[in-house]
Amino acid sequence: MAPEHLPDAEAQCRQLADLIRPHLQQRPALVGIYSGGAWVAERLRELLGLTEDIGLIDVSFYRDDFSKKGLHPQCRPTVIPFDVEGRHILLVDDVLYTGRTTRAAINELFDYGRPASVGLAVLADRGGRELPVAATHCVWQAELAAGQSLTLARGEGEQTHGQLAWRLENA
Amino acid sequence: MHNPQLNRDGELIHLLSIEGLPKAILTQILDTAASFMEVSSREVKKVPLLRGKSVFNLFFENSTRTRTTFEIAAKRLSADVINLDINKSSTAKGETLLDTIDNLCAMDANLFVVRHASSGAPYLIADHLRRIGRNDIHVVNAGDGRHAHPTQGLLDMYTIRHYKQDFTQLRVAIVGDILHSRVARSDIHALTTLGVPEVRAIGPETLLPKHLDKLGVQVFHDMEEGLKDCDVVIMLRLQNERMNGALLPSAGEYFRHYGLTPQKLALAKPDAVVMHPGPMNRGVEIHSAVADGPQAVILPQVTFGIAVRMAVMSIVAGNS
Repeated sequence: MAPEHLPDAEAQCRQLADLIRPHLQQRPALVGIYSGGAWVAERLRELLGLTEDIGLIDVSFYRDDFSKKGLHPQCRPTVIPFDVEGRHILLVDDVLYTGRTTRAAINELFDYGRPASVGLAVLADRGGRELPVAATHCVWQAELAAGQSLTLARGEGEQTHGQLAWRLENA
Repeated sequence: MHNPQLNRDGELIHLLSIEGLPKAILTQILDTAASFMEVSSREVKKVPLLRGKSVFNLFFENSTRTRTTFEIAAKRLSADVINLDINKSSTAKGETLLDTIDNLCAMDANLFVVRHASSGAPYLIADHLRRIGRNDIHVVNAGDGRHAHPTQGLLDMYTIRHYKQDFTQLRVAIVGDILHSRVARSDIHALTTLGVPEVRAIGPETLLPKHLDKLGVQVFHDMEEGLKDCDVVIMLRLQNERMNGALLPSAGEYFRHYGLTPQKLALAKPDAVVMHPGPMNRGVEIHSAVADGPQAVILPQVTFGIAVRMAVMSIVAGNS
């Protein structure tokens, strides 16, 4: 896919919120995975009109490639501002790929308690799974070459401040 | 000269001394420690980073607090911890340090935490590991002689950053027996690397090393003058054995001149924090009213120390 054909990430956030809205009677607690997932979760919270603070997970301490790659040089504290025990948790990420990040996030979540259920909401699913993980809610089935890297960026300029947009890089 | 603590990519593989480490690595350790503080506040205070790894605590010199906090830190990283009471083991029977290390390597050690009365002992071990090609085994200095106590220095920096946020506006005083203090040396290197503009050393002439000015430190023999307008006061333990020699007249005399009393502390800034690496000698270097007072952050230092040691061990263990 050429970078100029990337979809509008902000519009995708609205679509994702529409997919989640019918399930709000479960009172799901949102947990964003740093960094892209945290931005999407914050956006979903606004769009869905949720009053509860979102959780934020940094999976650095739970990654399965620690012995190969070492500790990520910039890890941020995980923040779970609600009781996980018995809650319906909706993990939020920007891109679902191998499923390893999701696995790490689920493991970390369970160190806080036993949730009633864990769902996964993502903007993009690019296939390439290495674990039996699937998204509960997904907006975009992205078809990318194996060497391409799809990441979400948040604008810092005056015009684009806080706006989410896709970046595609070729390795 | 090559820094033996860093690999070719400039990543930390051993923590031997703060001297010579770039600011970016110190900041990385402090940031990582902040994440581990959150882990320590959970119901399950454990992460799986060092699962299946063996951490050997080699304390050739006694220390309960440092050894215990290293042990807790390693256990919260899911490592297996083996405490060797070296005084009662093979070294007492005449085994050399490096023979002990070779034996522990044969037991599949992954990380050594070393406390030794001789300055440089952790360097000797790290160099030996390099020569025998064991780049997968890491060394963390838990205090060597008068030389360095880098994790104490780092937990002191974590404490200062926690209470004061920005290093670049601070006036920090270190008070007491700086001559014999590895903590002071590590603190001075860390403070200057992190950009503290004014580091003061306060103590009697007999307990201050010469040439402190070359490290960028201002020297004060009058405590009241030295404490004026300080943001942070780091008290050092006065080791009792110093009383025996000609260095000091008596504990009472020392307390009169260099003991931190509420009256002397009032000369520092009103929001100044008081730190101490422990163990404290109440009535020798610090008055109980200060040690138990609202400006003391001595017990938070201990809690921060666990998170800082988790950060150091997980960073070095991930690099090779």
